Amino acid sequence: MEVNKFEDVFEGKLAKNEMVEPKDWMPDNYRKHLIRQISQHAHSEIVGMLPEGNWITRAPSLRSKVVLLAKVQDEGGHGLYLYTAAETLGISRDELLDNLHTGKAKYSSIFNYPTLTWADIGAVGWLVDGAAIMNQVMLQRTSYGPYARAMVRICKEESFHQRQGFEIMTRLAFGTEDQKAMAQDALNRWWYPTMMMFGPPDAESPNSENAMKWRIKRETNDQLRQRFVDQTVPQVQYLGLTVPDANLKWNEAKKGYDFSEPNWVEFKNVISGNGPCNKERLAARNKAHNDGAWVREAAQAFAKKRNEIYVAA
Amino acid sequence: MLKQVQHDIKTLSNLCEKPLCSLRLKKKNKMTTQDALFQYTLRLGDTNLILGQRLSEWTGHGPFLEEDLALTNIALDITGTAKSLLEYAASIEGKGRTEDDLAYFRNDRQYFNAQITEQPNGDYARTIVRQAIIDCFDFYFYNELAKSKDETLAGIAQKSIKEVTYHLRHTSSWVERFGDGTEESHNKAQTAVNELWQYTGELFEMNEVDAVLIKEGIAVDLNIVKAKWEKHITELLEKSTLTKPENVFMQTGSRKGIHTEHLAYILAEMQALPRMYPDAKW
Repeated sequence: MEVNKFEDVFEGKLAKNEMVEPKDWMPDNYRKHLIRQISQHAHSEIVGMLPEGNWITRAPSLRSKVVLLAKVQDEGGHGLYLYTAAETLGISRDELLDNLHTGKAKYSSIFNYPTLTWADIGAVGWLVDGAAIMNQVMLQRTSYGPYARAMVRICKEESFHQRQGFEIMTRLAFGTEDQKAMAQDALNRWWYPTMMMFGPPDAESPNSENAMKWRIKRETNDQLRQRFVDQTVPQVQYLGLTVPDANLKWNEAKKGYDFSEPNWVEFKNVISGNGPCNKERLAARNKAHNDGAWVREAAQAFAKKRNEIYVAA
Repeated sequence: MLKQVQHDIKTLSNLCEKPLCSLRLKKKNKMTTQDALFQYTLRLGDTNLILGQRLSEWTGHGPFLEEDLALTNIALDITGTAKSLLEYAASIEGKGRTEDDLAYFRNDRQYFNAQITEQPNGDYARTIVRQAIIDCFDFYFYNELAKSKDETLAGIAQKSIKEVTYHLRHTSSWVERFGDGTEESHNKAQTAVNELWQYTGELFEMNEVDAVLIKEGIAVDLNIVKAKWEKHITELLEKSTLTKPENVFMQTGSRKGIHTEHLAYILAEMQALPRMYPDAKW
C-alpha cells in the first residue's frame, strides 16, 4: 500500500468516527501532536500532585485528610494511565520524564500557582478540576483509542473530585466569617488562572486547527471558556460569593455571560517559566526523581541477581 | 468574645481532664474497663494517625510514580484506620468529643503513639524499614485483636488485616531489594535498621491499661505478638542480608505520653488550622 492509501484509511476512520489504534498507520504530525498532548496531560497530573499534596498534612479534619490523600493518589493514577497511553505511540517513560525534568515539555500552567490556604484546595477541586473536565469530556471521544479509553476513567474520577472541591467550598462559604472570607479570597485568586486553562483566544491558538481536524479536540478554546463561565456563575451565586469581575453580565442575546478576558500577558509569562511556582514545581519533580535514582537502581540490581539465581537453578 | 472564652475553657478542661483523671484513678482505685478501653483505643488511633501523617509527607515526592502511589495508598489505609479508632475512642469517652477533637486538640504529652511512628522519614530506605517493622507488628497484632471480645475493635482489626497483609508484603519486598540490591541501598537499609531498632522495644510494652483489658478478653497480649514479630523480622533481615542489631538499649515513654522531639512539630503542622479557627467546622 502506498502512503496515499494509508492516509485514505486513516482519514476514513476519522470520517466514520472510528478509533485509531496503536498499530494503525497514522501521519507523523498526528503522532507528534498526540505525544505532546498526552504527555503534557500526564505531566500536569503529576505536577498537580504538588500544590494539592501541599495541604495533606494540614487538612483540618480527618475526613478531609483521607479524601485529599485519595484525591492526590487518583491524580497520580491518571498520570500513570496517560504515560502508558503515550508509550503506545512509541516513546519511553524515561524520555517523557526527561522532557519534563529539563523543562522541554510543558504541563498545565495552573499548577504554577500556589495553594496558600485550605480554601485553595476547595477552589482547585471545584474550579480547576471543573475546567479540566470541560476540556476532557470531549476527549473521551477523541480519535486515538488508548487516549479516549484512559479519559473515560479519568473523567469519572475528576467529576468526583470536582464535587469534593465544591463540598469544601460549601462548608467554608456557609461557615464562619473567617471561613467565608477564605473562600472568597481563593475564588479571587483562582478565577482568572482557571479561565486561562482553556488556552489562548481561538484567533491566537496555534495548535487548535489540526487538533479539531483530527478529532483530538472537538470544541474551541473560546467555546469551552464561555461554557465554563456560564456553568460556574450560578454555583458562585449559590455559595453567596462574588465573581471577581466587574464586567460579568448576563447577555440575553447570546444566552450566556459577558465577562472579562484573563490577563494574557500573565498567561504567556507563566507558560514561559515566570509564574509564581514554576521553578519550585520543577525543582520538586527533579529532586524526587534524583533522590529516587538509587531506589530504582537497587530494584534493578536485585531483579538481575534474582534472575541469575533463577536461571542458574 | 464570651463564646470564645467559654470554648477555650471547655477545650482546656477537656484537655486537662483525661490524663490527670486517669492518673488519679490509678492511685485511688482500679482503672475501670471503660477508662482502659478509651486509653487503649486512643493509643492505637494515635499510632496510626502519626504514622499516616509521616507517610503522607511522601505523596508527590516518591522515588517513582508506581511507588508514590503505593506508599500513598498505605498512608490512606492507615489514616483511615486512625479515623475509625479515634471515632471509637471518642464514643467510649462519651463526653461529646469527636475524632477531630481528639486529633486536633490534644498536645504531644496527651498523645500515646509509639515513638517509632513519629521518627522522620529520612531517605526511602529509612521510611521502608520503619514501615516494615510496624507492618510486621501490625500484622500479628491485628490478627490477635480480631479475636477481641470488643466487637468494634475486632471489626476494625478485621478490616486492617486485609490492608496490613498487603502493606507487609510490599514493604518486605523493598527491604529485600534494598538489603540485597546495591551496596548503597544495602548501607542505607542497614543504617536505618541500626538507628530505628531502639524504638522497637516500646511496641511491646504493656501497662495497667493492657492488664485490665487482657483480663476482659479485649486487649492483645503483646508477648504473643512479640514472639511472632521477632521470628518474622529476623527471617526478613536474614533474607535481605541485613544484620539484626543485638543488645540495643530501648527507648521508652509513649505509654506515658512522653515522646521524641519530633512529635510536637508534627502536631504543630497538623493542628494549626483547627486551632487557629476553633469555632469553624470543616
